Amino acid sequence: MAKVLLDIRDLHVRFNVYGGSLKVLNGVNLLMYEGEKVGLVGETGCGKTTTAKSILKILPVPPAKITKGHILFKDRDILKMGEREIRNLHAQEISMIFQDPTAALNPVFTIGDQLMEAIKYSSVHDGLSKREIYRRAIQSLQDVALPDPARILECYPVQLSGGMRQRICIAMALATRSQLLIADEPTTSLDVTIQDQVLRLLGVLVQEKETSTILITHSLGIVREWTQRVYVMYAGNMVETAHTDDLFERPLHPYTQGLLKAVPKLTGEGIAKGIEGRIPDYLNPPKGCRFHPRCPKVMAMCSKERPDFFVRGNNHLVSCFLYKE
Amino acid sequence: MHPELALRWEKIKKSWYKFSKNPLSIIGASIVLVIFCIAVFAPLLAPYPEHAGSFVNFEDASQPPSLTYLFGTDVFGRDIMSRIFFGFRFSLTMGVVVITLAAPVGITLGLIAGYMKGSFVDTLIMRLTDIFVAVPPLVLALAVCSILKPSVFNAMMAVSLMWWPWYCRMVYGISSSIKNEFFVQAAEVTGSGKGHIIFREILPNCYGPIFTKISLDMGWVILIGSALSFVGLGAQPPTPDLGTMVADGGKYMPDQWWIAVFPAFAIMFIVLGFNLLGDGIRDMLEVEEV
Amino acid sequence: MKFLLFFSRRLLHSIFVLLGLSILVFFIARVMPGDPARMALGPRAPETVVEKFREELHLDKPVYVQYYYWLRGAIRGDFGRSLFTKRRVSDDIREFFPATLELMVFTGIIMSVAGIFLGVASARYANKWPDNVVRVISYLGVCTPAFVFAILFLLVFGYILNLLPTIGRLSPWIDRPAQITGFITIDSLIAGNFTAFWDGLKHLIMPGIALSLGPMAQEARITRSSMTENLQRDFIALERSQAIPERVIMSKYLMRISIIPTVSVLGLDFASQLGWAFLVELIFNWPGLSRYGINVMLHKDLNAIVAVIMVIGLLFLIVNIVVDIVVAGLDPRIRLGAERSK
Repeated sequence: MAKVLLDIRDLHVRFNVYGGSLKVLNGVNLLMYEGEKVGLVGETGCGKTTTAKSILKILPVPPAKITKGHILFKDRDILKMGEREIRNLHAQEISMIFQDPTAALNPVFTIGDQLMEAIKYSSVHDGLSKREIYRRAIQSLQDVALPDPARILECYPVQLSGGMRQRICIAMALATRSQLLIADEPTTSLDVTIQDQVLRLLGVLVQEKETSTILITHSLGIVREWTQRVYVMYAGNMVETAHTDDLFERPLHPYTQGLLKAVPKLTGEGIAKGIEGRIPDYLNPPKGCRFHPRCPKVMAMCSKERPDFFVRGNNHLVSCFLYKE
Repeated sequence: MHPELALRWEKIKKSWYKFSKNPLSIIGASIVLVIFCIAVFAPLLAPYPEHAGSFVNFEDASQPPSLTYLFGTDVFGRDIMSRIFFGFRFSLTMGVVVITLAAPVGITLGLIAGYMKGSFVDTLIMRLTDIFVAVPPLVLALAVCSILKPSVFNAMMAVSLMWWPWYCRMVYGISSSIKNEFFVQAAEVTGSGKGHIIFREILPNCYGPIFTKISLDMGWVILIGSALSFVGLGAQPPTPDLGTMVADGGKYMPDQWWIAVFPAFAIMFIVLGFNLLGDGIRDMLEVEEV
Repeated sequence: MKFLLFFSRRLLHSIFVLLGLSILVFFIARVMPGDPARMALGPRAPETVVEKFREELHLDKPVYVQYYYWLRGAIRGDFGRSLFTKRRVSDDIREFFPATLELMVFTGIIMSVAGIFLGVASARYANKWPDNVVRVISYLGVCTPAFVFAILFLLVFGYILNLLPTIGRLSPWIDRPAQITGFITIDSLIAGNFTAFWDGLKHLIMPGIALSLGPMAQEARITRSSMTENLQRDFIALERSQAIPERVIMSKYLMRISIIPTVSVLGLDFASQLGWAFLVELIFNWPGLSRYGINVMLHKDLNAIVAVIMVIGLLFLIVNIVVDIVVAGLDPRIRLGAERSK
């Protein structure tokens, strides 16, 4: 029986802005076991990155505020931890790959500076010597198939291509030997030809190091190839979760169904169909189920209450009144 | 309503809404409005309008601020407040004239140079601006003014002469980066004349930075103008110019401090107003750092 | 190697600009109506003497010939004779320039150090009261011309409170230390004369601070916005998630990148203060190049005017090159921009 690694329960996050507050996360739930490759899929702006940053507690806290909920990592609530504990946690156990590798690297420091600093603080207990840190840095660059690692350590981010920068970010994330890796759209900013390479590489590495991974993306294609289980997110809520194959074969939530219909296919009907309407205004979100204004199967009760999760098969949960007993 | 006009109107309404949400911008706009009103209606608003010219009343000379003379009087017995009101006229005139002269010239040259980037014309124009910006603006203005006969008119000419390069450079930056955009190439391909491309395609992209700069510049030009008068190279006595008043008052410091201090604050007031307004416009039009 | 290329290009460009500037000013000066020779010698000098003087100044020759003579002299450091002080202009400059330089260096140090410090403090306590106070004061500082500050300081600290001296560089009862650098402060330290040092410093305070307040406010604002902007960036979040201690992030990783815009602006701000120095030196009777410049300008002393402008232009150019070098040193994106390997 696999152990639970991460358990997010009813997470509410809001951002205080000039005109009011944006209720960005509205009760997010996510469960993850050790060794899994879980996908988190949803439109741009639905709160995926906010969820990721909450797990790492790197939300910009003055505008952002976690108002409710628990994030249990190995049975310890991250949200209740003190500053120092969280630092250790980050160093040893959780790491993240950001969407834009150019923004994730400090432009005025060399790759070597940043990579070795990360290694230094992640293994501060091991008491590594400078030489050892250097060696590990070279090793981690080799792991991501970067040629001439010694030269790269001397380079600045501006001298490298986008694909190389992302590999470096991956190397940084994995050099710290963490248990949980959160990859936030790691290939979105790359050329299509490179995307495949990087994903493959990531898959191999994650396998080798037995790192549990959350892959955040808006691409269903990537999810299908890469993940074992998927969470579908809409406007700050999880709406459906299932094993990947299950989700694609039997999408239950109207939103998921809409997403799948929106993907153009070579067979079948051919023409893709979008979902009517737009994502809600987070200042004044719709009451009840946040998808109800756009839902083709909307019912009266959808605008009154938010639906619970209803079980519909092996690890297949859906948050929709259509499936209420 | 014509659809394009309707769109423009929507944009204007949205921009105004954004502008009005920022209290500082409103303060800036109000200050500028007040200054304009005072300048235009000076003869009506000033308590002693005749003091603005050559007027002497030695009985009331060098009076500290009081109820009769709110800002006090100078050594000739002239009411400082009235003179400041009339002084606004000169300041604003200077600002308006200089910008009216410098901006079109600078903008046009900048557009041309940017569009023809890499050509001889570009090099010529930009090298010329380089020469003008090699020296701090005030220094050049002082030098040119000193060579000509001191007067308000000459001061305005001198400042205009060294102000246009800044517009040129700013517009050049935008123009040269835009000229490779698709819509410009499209216009070229469809046979639009160079004039059309420059003024109807590229120029509208510069409106934001230009308006912001104009608003901020008003304050700076007035400042430089007052600096010139301070040294005696601008307005001549008995014209009530803020800079001249500060200079005159300087001689009587510290005893009759009000003669210099109130005009100095008036200058600050003007610059503050235009700065706030300019910042507000910049935020409203979401212009990047000019 | 690349650096040398960059440097020599800038140098060439600067020389060109200086030449262009000299031509511009020279021609404007010569275009002025009136007769310089007559003005120098006064209305009572006999015509023959004026005629001879006119020949000496090459005023009878065409303008470009005059320029040639001027250029020939200028390269050798001879800017002719001042019609106002009757001395060689180069001597005048040599006498007055160090005073202005000392004032500007003092101003420069204060405006950068204090400006950055205030900006950092402002960013650190963003949106809390220290930040708001600094922001309001900075705004007023940017809007107020240096000469207004100068007059206010004169009034408050000079006359009312009688704390600081109001005229010149050194109190009349103190002997000036031997001239080595021309800086009273440095020279007195070298000579071990602390009274002179202290006195010189006291004289520097009011004009220096009056000149530095505007740019200081500007630097504070830019530093603050640069820091708060960078704090939102992903690389800071990444560094936090890598358990790098907060103080290391702040002092090392945030600092270096946030300071770049501030330093870029320093050059320009310094230059604009060179302009305001003309007024401030006048107000405090500071025996510097700017006060000399104003005087010669008011007396239409053409040789001196041109020379003063050239010196100031040169100073400005040097400061700009230095700033560019520092910025390129700080920011690899600028240094290595050409080497991009996409």
